[in-house]
Amino acid sequence: MPLARTDTTPLFGVGATSTLRLVVYLAIGVTLMVADYRGHYLARVRQYAAIAVEPVYRIAAMPADAARNIRQAVADRQALTQENQRLREALLLTQARLNRLGAVAEQNTRLKELLDVQHSLGLGVQLAKLIDIVLDPYRQRITLDAGARQGVVVGQAVLDAYGVMGQISEVLPTTSTAVLITDTSHALPVVIERTGLRTIAYGSGSSDRLDVPNIPVSADVKAGDKLLTSGLGGSFPAGFPVGEIVSVAAEPSGMFAVAVARPAAALERSGDVLLLRPLADPVGPPAMTPEVGPPAPPPEQRVVAPPRTPATAAPPPVEPGMLPGTTPGTTP
Amino acid sequence: MNRHRAHFVLFLLTLVAACLLQLMPLPDLLLPFRPYWLGLILIYWALEEPERVGLGRAFLLGLVGDVLQGDLLGDQALRLAALAFIVLRFRSRLRFFPMWQQSLAVFALLLNDRVLSLMERAFTGAPIPPMSFWYAPVAGMLAWPWVFLLLDDLRARLRVHEA
Repeated sequence: MPLARTDTTPLFGVGATSTLRLVVYLAIGVTLMVADYRGHYLARVRQYAAIAVEPVYRIAAMPADAARNIRQAVADRQALTQENQRLREALLLTQARLNRLGAVAEQNTRLKELLDVQHSLGLGVQLAKLIDIVLDPYRQRITLDAGARQGVVVGQAVLDAYGVMGQISEVLPTTSTAVLITDTSHALPVVIERTGLRTIAYGSGSSDRLDVPNIPVSADVKAGDKLLTSGLGGSFPAGFPVGEIVSVAAEPSGMFAVAVARPAAALERSGDVLLLRPLADPVGPPAMTPEVGPPAPPPEQRVVAPPRTPATAAPPPVEPGMLPGTTPGTTP
Repeated sequence: MNRHRAHFVLFLLTLVAACLLQLMPLPDLLLPFRPYWLGLILIYWALEEPERVGLGRAFLLGLVGDVLQGDLLGDQALRLAALAFIVLRFRSRLRFFPMWQQSLAVFALLLNDRVLSLMERAFTGAPIPPMSFWYAPVAGMLAWPWVFLLLDDLRARLRVHEA
């Protein structure tokens, strides 16, 4: 290496390029590498140096971020068109889904309005679950998981999705018991939907049968007629389905016809039931407002009037006099 | 004094820039073609101002690179020390090469650096890297003239400024 030696003139410092120094540095490097390979010191060093290293990373990432932004800014037309197309398709799909959702929402609104109507009629609704079904021929009763703490009171009507099930007969703090309309002790004022004939349906003790005795022979009753609640007696609001006439026969005496009906409610199956809040004052003419009508109502009637307004339907103030025992709907 | 300081600032700035370029994310396709910026900058300073670049500083720069890149501590330090040694040894000859020969020499230096790296990998039991491992020296060779001209120009401007 004669040339190399002539290169290293004193001006540039011989010591800096001496082979010994190189060997020393290489040895240090190898030692470091071996130590790090065994002990992973670099990770620790990097942890200490994180304060310095992380900003460097941020800065180093900046040009790439900027480049990405610029690329987005000057993205070529075709890519944009394609993306536009894709987004359009996605929008269409979403729109279709949204339309379906809109239909559901509309239905929901209608149902809510229905509920509001019920509220305005004074029919608060409460959902309850069946706990235990005690369906034996003598005691047609069900137990619900709502009780006094949930605001359940004796006499409330129990409904399911298909019709009337019964009414609350006993209330415990968190549970309550309801008498089904098929219980032998239960009677329900009904009206035949087709003809408007009013009569009473008695429980038969069997969960799939209601007896409708005492129908005038001259009355027009056929199998297939629908029975609705008549609203008389006040325990049940009018117009809820009760059952369907299955058969009509003449009484042995020949004075009356006797019909057998099948309950509309799924008495043996229902898991969820609705409890109707009882009407504040189900019988009688609508409440009189003080300012309407020339004869001023007596003061006590004015005091009673506010609870009858629709807004106060939810908390039911029930007088003891309105219990089912006193209503004509139930037989003793 | 002022001149020295300005040049030192330029020196530091180029090193910082090299570190940033080394870390800068690139598209996956271009990643194998990233030149070894630390090596290129070190070669430049070793050629032009060898009083600034001793083996010790090269080693330190390598350590900084190791900490930043998080490979094996001492890996780049060793390679840069070796690189600086070779450049300083053959400095006079390299300096007066025409540009294309200088580029070839840089290619050889970077290739040597890659071989050293491969040896370290082999010792640590890392798998043999793919073919793209060898693209970087080519990219470094192609980048060299631009680095050289840019830094020369910057230094010339500094000198004019002082005059």
